[in-house]
Amino acid sequence: MHYDIIIIGAGHAGIEAGLAAARLGCRTAIFTQCLDAVANLPCNPSIGGTSKGHIVREIDALGGEMGKVADETTIQFRMLNLGKGPAVHSPRAQVDRRAYADTMKLRLEQQPNLHLIQGEVISVEPISNKPPSSFLGKELSPRATEEGSRSDAACGSQLPNGLWPHARRDELCSPETINPPHWSIQLLTGATYTAQCVILATGTFLRARVHIGEHNHQAGPDGLPAAMQLSESLKQLGIPLQRFKTGTPPRVNRRSIDFSQTTEQPGDEHPTPFSFLHEARSSKPQLLPREGAPAAAGEEGSRSDVTSSSHLRRDDSPSASPLGEVRPQARWGCTAAPAVSHPPAPQVPCHLTFTTEATKQVIQANLHRSPMYSGVIDGIGARYCPSIEDKIVRFADKDRHNIFIEPCGRHTNEMYLQGLSSSLPEDVQHQILATVPGLQHAQVMRPAYAIEYDCVNPLALRPTLEFRDRAGLFGAGQFNGSSGYEEAAAQGLMAGINAAHKILGREEFTLGRHEAYIGILIDDLVNKGTNEPYRMMTSRAEYRLLLRHDTADRRLTPHGHKLGLIDNTRFAQYEAKQAQIQQEKQRLASVRITWQGKSATLTELLRRPELDYTALAEHDPDRPNLPQEVITNIETDIKYEGYLKRQQAQVHEMLRLEHVPLPADIDYHAITALRIEARQKLVAARPETLGAASRISGVNPADVEILLLFLKKK
Amino acid sequence: MPSPTIAAIATAQAPGGIGVIRISGHAAFDIAQHLFSPKKPLDYSQLRHHTMAYGTLHDFPAATNQPPAQPSSNKPLGSFLGKELSPRATEEGSRSDAACISAFAHGYKIDDIICLLFPAPHSYTGEHVVEFQCHGGMAVMQRALQAVFSAGAQPAGPGEFTRRAYENGRLNLTQAEAVMQLIAATSEQAARAAQAAMGGALSQAIDQTRANLIALQAHISAWVDYPEEDIDALQSSEITHILNQAQQELHALIARAPRDNLMLQGINTALVGRPNVGKSSLLNVLAGYDRAIVTPTPGTTRDTVTETVQLGNLTLRLTDTAGIRATDDAIEAAGVQRSRAALAQADLILAVFDASQPLTTEDHDLLAQCDPARTVIVFNKSDLQQQTPRLLPREGAPAAAGEEGSRSDCDLAASPFTRVSISALQASGIDTLTQAIEQLLNTSSFNPNEAMLANQRQRDTATQALAAIEEALYAHESGYPLDAVSICIEDAITHLFALTGERTTDAVVDEVFARFCVGK
Repeated sequence: MHYDIIIIGAGHAGIEAGLAAARLGCRTAIFTQCLDAVANLPCNPSIGGTSKGHIVREIDALGGEMGKVADETTIQFRMLNLGKGPAVHSPRAQVDRRAYADTMKLRLEQQPNLHLIQGEVISVEPISNKPPSSFLGKELSPRATEEGSRSDAACGSQLPNGLWPHARRDELCSPETINPPHWSIQLLTGATYTAQCVILATGTFLRARVHIGEHNHQAGPDGLPAAMQLSESLKQLGIPLQRFKTGTPPRVNRRSIDFSQTTEQPGDEHPTPFSFLHEARSSKPQLLPREGAPAAAGEEGSRSDVTSSSHLRRDDSPSASPLGEVRPQARWGCTAAPAVSHPPAPQVPCHLTFTTEATKQVIQANLHRSPMYSGVIDGIGARYCPSIEDKIVRFADKDRHNIFIEPCGRHTNEMYLQGLSSSLPEDVQHQILATVPGLQHAQVMRPAYAIEYDCVNPLALRPTLEFRDRAGLFGAGQFNGSSGYEEAAAQGLMAGINAAHKILGREEFTLGRHEAYIGILIDDLVNKGTNEPYRMMTSRAEYRLLLRHDTADRRLTPHGHKLGLIDNTRFAQYEAKQAQIQQEKQRLASVRITWQGKSATLTELLRRPELDYTALAEHDPDRPNLPQEVITNIETDIKYEGYLKRQQAQVHEMLRLEHVPLPADIDYHAITALRIEARQKLVAARPETLGAASRISGVNPADVEILLLFLKKK
Repeated sequence: MPSPTIAAIATAQAPGGIGVIRISGHAAFDIAQHLFSPKKPLDYSQLRHHTMAYGTLHDFPAATNQPPAQPSSNKPLGSFLGKELSPRATEEGSRSDAACISAFAHGYKIDDIICLLFPAPHSYTGEHVVEFQCHGGMAVMQRALQAVFSAGAQPAGPGEFTRRAYENGRLNLTQAEAVMQLIAATSEQAARAAQAAMGGALSQAIDQTRANLIALQAHISAWVDYPEEDIDALQSSEITHILNQAQQELHALIARAPRDNLMLQGINTALVGRPNVGKSSLLNVLAGYDRAIVTPTPGTTRDTVTETVQLGNLTLRLTDTAGIRATDDAIEAAGVQRSRAALAQADLILAVFDASQPLTTEDHDLLAQCDPARTVIVFNKSDLQQQTPRLLPREGAPAAAGEEGSRSDCDLAASPFTRVSISALQASGIDTLTQAIEQLLNTSSFNPNEAMLANQRQRDTATQALAAIEEALYAHESGYPLDAVSICIEDAITHLFALTGERTTDAVVDEVFARFCVGK
């Protein structure tokens, strides 16, 4: 059987890769070890958060799926960092873990051009004798038709007509054009499949080993089997693997928690959806005073849904299974806005508690039983995802650590204990819980564990996420050394787009650091590499004022439309919103009012820190009725104008180097004026532009000047 | 491909006691092995630390009996100490070289030397370094250098040893700049300042400011990126305090840069006054004072003759200017034009007057053009007039001039000008003059061990960092949220890294995890 693109893994990276590739018209297959674990959330039951929320909105603005499904399955929403500045406002949703997975699985099942197949991939091999350089997409003829493709015939998998009803229209091929498969994958069962491009999105499954105290065994997350054989096949391809470690806290039964000892953490009264598609339905008319909002979020949700479909998710229908609630989807891209309310039902609160002095003592007394401290685990853990034992050891002077109790879904009692990630033995975990207010009698349903897994050194990747020395082979997600669902999904989307573009003979698609957090994520991974699971942070984004979550559509939807992932209906909606913003900005700049005895334009008044759009309402009777997100957007643009300009100037300066390409064949060792460390780092990362080179640690400004001189001399 | 091995004479090009030839590069030990026969056996492959050996230097392979590849006397001398040799030096070199060739014609021994071996990376450049300490003498030194070139070394370019030290991470940028500064130092004070900079005085001062800003930025980042960890919210006063502190430190550094620059680069001094008031004798006295070397050099930017003299800790670059007065003579007008320019550009103006004469109109015109903040009035010939210099016109002087003189004299007495009396002839009052200059230019507070901005690049970068900090302060004080403040702080950190030739990379992120307990 032959596909254009095969994706290994149906986690958040594999999903976005598969959907993007299929939507761009490529015949795509996603392989997963277990169809019941598609779109699994094996760690925290939430999507978004600081900088990750930005990424979700960016994925959505480009036509990805994560934001839409998260909106549909949200059980609690919070905008984090309100009051810390608009650049760092971060949307975060607790989602119903089962509903999320099931909704997403159905999206995949309904996606034309996409096959979702259960099977463990044990090897990936090139099947052409041609050197990799001849595989470059541009040299290849357009894909073959299913009929009469020699290579398809050779593989004995001639495809029947009509199997691909939505095959792309732009590349109809002459009979003689041949689209040879470049890669072959083999399943544990012995079955083989071929494809022009393969995307590795194996998450934490490669040679995975779970540690709970002194015990450890081969396993992936959530008791799923580990993929034990694929690593060896990748090593034979010369792919540099490294071993990382991550972990997850225990899940406990809601019944056993004494919530009276905890602090309730309710959701926001007015949730913001991730998807720009859902924006118009969820936002309130701006004139509605905040205090006067409907008493219950549920009412609000219902009301905003009056005009939409009848597939309402009712919170008072506990018998409805998550699957039953999923709306049958029209073919992707046909509807302007799916009929979902946001959030779909009354929000579920989280709760806050904390560790105590007794917790500290229990951990200190049992530290020797942690595999991280006894030296059993040699994988490198992330600094930002420390286990509770790490926190106690490294920050001994801190009296207590927060623990958030988060529901895993509406229809389960399982509660996730954020902050208690651990690899200590089960009995110690019980002892720890006994010291935490509210959790003294908590009944552990799944113990905390640490997991070690193989992933790639991302320096081997190009900015398109294709392997530099293995044309047609891509990596995405946690396999690339990142951490987090959102980071994974973003890479999946970009790898899917680039694999499809390679096959379609289109230009490569990358995003700059000034355009998107996605750009920063990939630039950091492929140029700086990482020696721990990489997590996005707002502080990694040097141009973060330009990368606000509410501008993701402005930054990326035109790209999404050009790519073909945003349909015309949605693009028209986007353009209407932008026009609305522009018109209102012009109006604000032209309307003058008398304020405290002086004449000033509304724009001038809005620049003042003490004034905002709402405060000016009574002096501005002719203002249009605008959605809140439009107002926020305008207000921030005006108030931050000076700082936005400052950042744009920095971007301008950065792009000067960004536009200088570095030829792939530079012999850095021969440029003796470069410092030795710089030479080594450049050889390892092979940056594609001078800008990328300049961001590598160990490459100093003087080295960049030397490279610039070298390029000029050439 | 490794960098070529380079060599140069590392000591002054003058007859002296000891001369040093420095060789740096991967082949340095091979060259030493080739040319140097140690008295005691020396195993180059076992060298781990710097080692000293006594022995003989030959100008062809000592072990094999190969003659040198080229007759050393015919080879161009190239550049030594990073400077092209002047034709005169080359001729001299060749002459003495020729003389010594005959002396050594049948013997291949050049000299008995001490050989110092520094294995990489524990050397100045970070590469293998060899130093031959010879018995000085131009002929011997150049013959030895030729032998080193014949054995495979290339002449070192200007500043190349230092550049390699920087490239190999042995010096940071400010330290490397300091080496260049040291080479160019015009006075002992400047040399000491350069040494302090090499030791990292500036880096250390900046490190502290930078570390404070990184800590602040890390706190903001942790607070923003981990909103659910209980990280203490930053107190507004704390932010203001740290930013103010950074602002003050950078401001002080930048504010004293002009003065520091006078000490490091020398003081451009305009010597003005009517003919015969004693400018020349003052010049001579100054030149002879402190036994400073007087080097008349044609001015590069202006067509005037400058002389460099040493006055205490000060280095004055004196420019003797023509008189400044209205004239119809074209040539003289051009001279006047240059003088005006010299006055405008000078760091210091020494306005010389004859104490035994009343001030003339011309004197007053001249004074009108002098900036009191940069001018010392020198009354010369105090030996002829033992009492207070006559500031009042003598009786019987023409009324007009007298009136004017009188008025101006009164102005002068009350004016802010610094005044001293000297006798150039008797070389008296020079100490007073020195003190007056130091006081005027505030150079007596100069501390060579203090951090200072030594060149334009450093001053520009520090100024940019200061501007970013001021903008952060403004944003914070006008009530902008921390996201706006933090991008300004980051900008400042970036510039402070640039000051030492480094890049920010992940300094803030690393600090977040080092200082705060964050993560799920």
